This record gives sequence, structure tokens and C-alpha cells, in this order.
Amino acid sequence: MSTENTASLLRIATAGSVDDGKSTLVGRLLHDTKNILVDQLEAIERVSQSRGLDSADLALLTDGLRAEREQGITIDVAYRYFATPARSFILADCPGHVQYTRNTVTGASTADALIVLVDVVHGIVEQTRRHLAVAALLGVPHLIVAVNKIDLVDDAHGAFEALDRDLHALADELGVLDLQTIPVSALRGDNVVEPSESTPWYTGPSLLGWLENLPDSSELTQAEHFALPVQTVIRPQSAAVSPEFTDYRGYAGQVASGSVAVGDEVTVQPAGRRTTVTRLDVAGEPAERAVAGESVTLSLADQIDITRGDLIAEPAGAPSGSKTVEAVVCWLDDEKPLREGQRVLLKHTTRVVRGIVGSLDGRLNLESLAAESVDEFELNDIGRVSIRVAEPLFTAAYTQSHALGSFLLIDPQSGRTQAAGMVQDDSVATPGVLGNLRADAGEWAI
Amino acid sequence: MRDPPVSTTSPLTRSTPSAVTLSQLQRLEAESIHIFRETASEGERPVLLFSGGKDSVVMLHLAAKAFWPAPIPFPVLHVDTGHNFPEVLDFRDRTVERLHIRLKVASVQDYIDDGRLAERPDRTRNQLQTVPLLDAITEGRHDVVYGGARRDEEKARAKERIISLRDEFGQWDPRNQRPELWSLYNTRHRPGEHVRVFPLSNWTELDIWSYITEKGIDLPSLYYAHERDVLSRDGMWLAVGEHVGPREGESVETRTVRYRTVGDMSCTGAVESPAATAQDVLAEVMTSTLTERGATRADDRVSEAAMEDRKREGYF
Repeated sequence: MSTENTASLLRIATAGSVDDGKSTLVGRLLHDTKNILVDQLEAIERVSQSRGLDSADLALLTDGLRAEREQGITIDVAYRYFATPARSFILADCPGHVQYTRNTVTGASTADALIVLVDVVHGIVEQTRRHLAVAALLGVPHLIVAVNKIDLVDDAHGAFEALDRDLHALADELGVLDLQTIPVSALRGDNVVEPSESTPWYTGPSLLGWLENLPDSSELTQAEHFALPVQTVIRPQSAAVSPEFTDYRGYAGQVASGSVAVGDEVTVQPAGRRTTVTRLDVAGEPAERAVAGESVTLSLADQIDITRGDLIAEPAGAPSGSKTVEAVVCWLDDEKPLREGQRVLLKHTTRVVRGIVGSLDGRLNLESLAAESVDEFELNDIGRVSIRVAEPLFTAAYTQSHALGSFLLIDPQSGRTQAAGMVQDDSVATPGVLGNLRADAGEWAI
Repeated sequence: MRDPPVSTTSPLTRSTPSAVTLSQLQRLEAESIHIFRETASEGERPVLLFSGGKDSVVMLHLAAKAFWPAPIPFPVLHVDTGHNFPEVLDFRDRTVERLHIRLKVASVQDYIDDGRLAERPDRTRNQLQTVPLLDAITEGRHDVVYGGARRDEEKARAKERIISLRDEFGQWDPRNQRPELWSLYNTRHRPGEHVRVFPLSNWTELDIWSYITEKGIDLPSLYYAHERDVLSRDGMWLAVGEHVGPREGESVETRTVRYRTVGDMSCTGAVESPAATAQDVLAEVMTSTLTERGATRADDRVSEAAMEDRKREGYF
């Protein structure tokens, strides 16, 4: 292994509303960690000058599309890569104004940490509630609220403390897993990379300092039960790369949770058969053990009919099949609402099945945080549904396994991705906003 | 101040051997393999765009791992500008032979010879690749097309999904991209449309060189320091030859150079460098102050939105 590049990787996402300085914050983070190269900096200095600005507008670093630069807005999720001596980062920068939930859900679904920007002058706005609700729904392990523009208020300390109290109260109500608030000025760089001298009353970490010290959340996934959704069956026969592999038969997939070793007993679903792992290859090389996140190929002791979409799992935690899925969905389709009786395709792990929406069981009202009864879900709505599917799915509650508890809804005609779905299991106590969205729409249930 | 949160275990956990932290390269490798297996299984006629450049070499290496010990289950397509470095063509042919895969070539020269495309006044050909590429995709009825683009390369690429839906003109519509959630990839499309798939989306130039170094992956020789007759044009060192010149007033010098990208000889510049091995190049990349496209690609310097415009027209 190389020594240079073994630092752990953290995936983060940023979300904010219009004009709260998110692009500036991201630009500041990249600039102050010296991840901007000379030609990139020169290019934005040129454009800033031609617009009559005194200093380089760091927002231009992330606004890459022609329309974004012309209109001074951010349209789509942009991915940025930067590194510090401590760790590498993949940053999904999610714009706030159009298709906001859609973008935030996209960024947050893969994030270890979500950074939400709040403008200290405006305080908690609807977007803030929405972003915090998305963080809670998607179970993002760490939420950071960067309270921005503290250089613009007279009593920054008092304003920050009041906002900090309100944010923690809201986060608790929603069921956010972990919240840290940090006062920043993206424009001046206060508390972004280095702790600032202009906020002597704040003794916490800078934004970067916090991010560098967050624990690697993949450890939690490794501690779950082993599960491997089969992507493809590898059976080279006479075409094998070498004659010794003509009889090779392996089931390929990415370990979704837990770990697996040669000799482990496993259950295969939907066949319902038990067998033993006889061989394990990780990225094309033999191995004794593999953990969540690794792409592997397993060989098994018994001849079992296994195809793409099947699940190989640890017997103790193997989910049982069901043809009904109870779930919370974020509706992301701007062309078509979701209604009862609608036909959809559902992609769960590596399996795509046909489904019919049985019932809409309540939409989340972001003001009251209660469920309200509606006939359809529109773009950005979050609500509870029941879906009947053509073949059994082997799911787990999303709060227990993101890999076995997440799914997409896809429009059968156009192929558009319409919804992000999170499987609910009412026998498992679910705190916060997810627990409020019960089948009995309109009821406050905690 | 709060302390950083400590990991807690959920009620369904069991006792496991100590947790393993996967390295950045292990995570990127696993993600790319997952993308290959997922999209090749859902697609009917995938094809991989192979230029012989370092990114497409790494992409092909990962494809081989994804299906090992079976061979790569799809052909590779080379869009040949006719302005290729001979070392790269030679490398391409040796690679497909070693991996027992089928090579398809879409030739820009053929299009120019029979008049379907006209040579540009500056005689560069990167822009001319789009039509032969789209024709090859249509003729091969390819529904999944793998490209080696990375999001760290350029601002427009930073906004493109791993799975990028293209209409029958190959156009990318940045305002109408599908949300990409968890690692659940959606390759569905209407007849006539196809998806471009970018398995290296999350790799940086540094990751690519670290991986090449770690795995000892073979690259065309021009990625490493060699002596070459070059001339200086637009602030870049261009290789002297049939397609480049020298033009009047330009002087030829012999320099120790290497290439950071390989493409059309007439608009791909070399950088002066003594880096003779992958390890040397890695050390150089770590201290570089210019992006690889900024340093060596004339075609990306034309306008602020050069790459976005070409992607909209169906380019890679």
C-alpha cells in the first residue's frame, strides 16, 4: 500500500437558501485549505475584475455552468474534492433555491456529514426546517449548522446563542442524530479553517477542525449484520482469463453491511437456503475477509439457483420477504405528482420490481411537523406511503440499515427517478419526524 | 464546546472483529467496480470509450477487476482523431490483445476523407470527435457508454452525474439531471436515448496517479520524461510533426518533457519535467499549481464554458 493516500475519506454535503453565502463558504473552504490551483484562481480573478469587484468572488469557483455565472445563481449539485493533511473530502454542494429538496436529498443520501447554512440576520427560515428534516429523514450521521454572516450583526454572541438554542430544540424534535453549531463569516473566513479572533466568546472548533475530527461512519455499517445484494453472477467457463478458472462460479456485489469471511454460514434469499462461503475475492484478488463497502465475489459450497437481485446475508439478521412496502418518500418528480393506484418501478438494492401505490398515508407539514391528509404528493413533498410490489422484497427498516432500507421509485415510461424511499417498520420505535408520519394521517403520534 | 461524537452501536449489532478503515483508494476502487457491475447488468449493449490516456487505462483496469476471472463483457471504442501519438496507438493495440477484448474504431480521418466532416481552420480535431462518436453509438445500438471523465477536471464536469442521460443527439441537459441517491443507479431510458456512465467521477488526478503507482499499471511511454523536439505555441510545448509545424517564426528545441494528458497531437501540450516513473509523477502532481487541463489543453481555453458547450453537443 502507498503511504501517501491512506487518509480516511469523508463525504460531506452543503445546503442553504438563496444568498446565505453557501458558494462563498465552499469557495473559502477550498481556498483556505490551499486546494485552489493558480489557473483556477486567475480565471475567477479575471471574471471578478470584469464585473467590477474589488476582490476575487470565491462563489465563482463552484458556479460552473454558463447560466449560473450569468445569473449569479447555483443550479445543480456540484461535487468538489479537497484534502488536508488530516483527511480527504468529497463535497456535494447542493443549491438552495430551485428543486431544493431534490438536491439536498441527493447530496445528503451519501453524506457522512451535512453542513446547513443559516444567515444570522434571518435566523431559522422554512428552508432551514426543510434541510434539518431531510438530515433527520436520511439519517445523516452528523449535522453542522454554520451560522453565517456573524460579521454583520452588532451582538453576534447573543444572536448566535439564541439561534443555537432554537436549532437544538428543532433538531431534537426532528430526530437529528448529532448537531454542532458554528458561528462563521464565509466572506472574511472567520472560523471556517482557523478559529477566529473576532469571536472570542466562541471556544469551539472551526468548521474544518470539526470535519477533520469526525469519526469514520463506515465503522457503524461494519457492525451491522452481513448483507450482500447480488449484482451479477460470474461464470467464465471457457472464456476465463486463465484455464484454472473455467469452473469458477462467483456471486458479485458490494458488501452492503457487516463483514464476511471464508467459512461463514450464510442464507440466500429468496431461495431460503443456507450454505457456506468457500472463496472470497476482493476486487479480483483472493481474500480471507471483507467488510462493508468492498466490492467482492463470493463462492458458495452448495449449488443454489442465485441470480441478480438475490440477497446473501448472515442467517441471524436475514430479512424475510414481503410484498408490501411501508415507507416514507421524498417526491422528486417535477413533471408528475404521486397518487393512489399509480404504477411505479421500485429499485431496491440490485432488484427492480413493478409496484402499485396502495395508499398515501399523510404528508409532513414542515411548520407543525405533523402529518396532514392529502390526495397527492407534489415535488419536494415528504410523506408516508404503502406500496404493493409484484415480487417479495427483502428489506430492513431504514433506521437499521441504509442499504436494505432505501429504494428509488422510477417512472415506468420515461425512466425518470421520481422518489427517494426509506422503509419504515412500525414495530421499531422511530424517534422524531419519521415516527410522526404514521399510517393514521393527521394524528400526532410520538 | 462539545466533544466529537463517539460511535454507538444499534440494537441489531453483533460482536465483530475490530473495524477496518478502508483507504481512500480502496473506497474509490470498490465504488467504480460497483458502478461497472450495476450498469453492465442493466444495460444490453455497453461499450467503453478507450483513448489510451491514463484515465481510460485505469477505467479499463477496474472493468477487468469487476468481472474477473471472466473477461470484460463489452467492447472498447476508440474515437481516432488521426492525430494520435504513435506510442498511444501501439499501447492501445497491445492492451486490447492482452485483455482479449474487441476494439472498435471510429475514425475522424474517414469522415474528413469522404466529406462528412470538414477540417477546421486551426486543423485541431478534438471538436470533430463528436459526430463519429455519436454515429458509432447509434450503429452499435449501445445503451450504456463508459467514459473516463472525472469531476475534478473541470467546472461543468463537476455538475454531471455518474449516470448521465443523453438524448438521441447525445446531448447533456444540465438542468434536467436525475437525482442520484445512495448507490442506487438508474440506467432506464427511452428508446433512442442512452446513458453515459462515468465510473471515475469521484477520482482526482492525484488518486489516479496514486493508484497507477500502487498497482503498477502500465501507461503509454509519453506520460514519462523523454527528450522530444518541441516548439512553443500559446504558452505550451507542442510536439513537432506533420500536424503541428513549426509555423513561420517558430523555433524548434529539444527538451525533456512529458505529457499530463494525451489527445490530439496538434492541441495537447507537453510540460517540462524530469519525472521518469509513476512515483516521480505522483510527487510532481502533489506539488503542482496548475490543473492538468489548464496546463495542457488548448481546446479548453477557448471560453469560460468550452467544456459545457461541447458536452451539450454530445461530446464525452
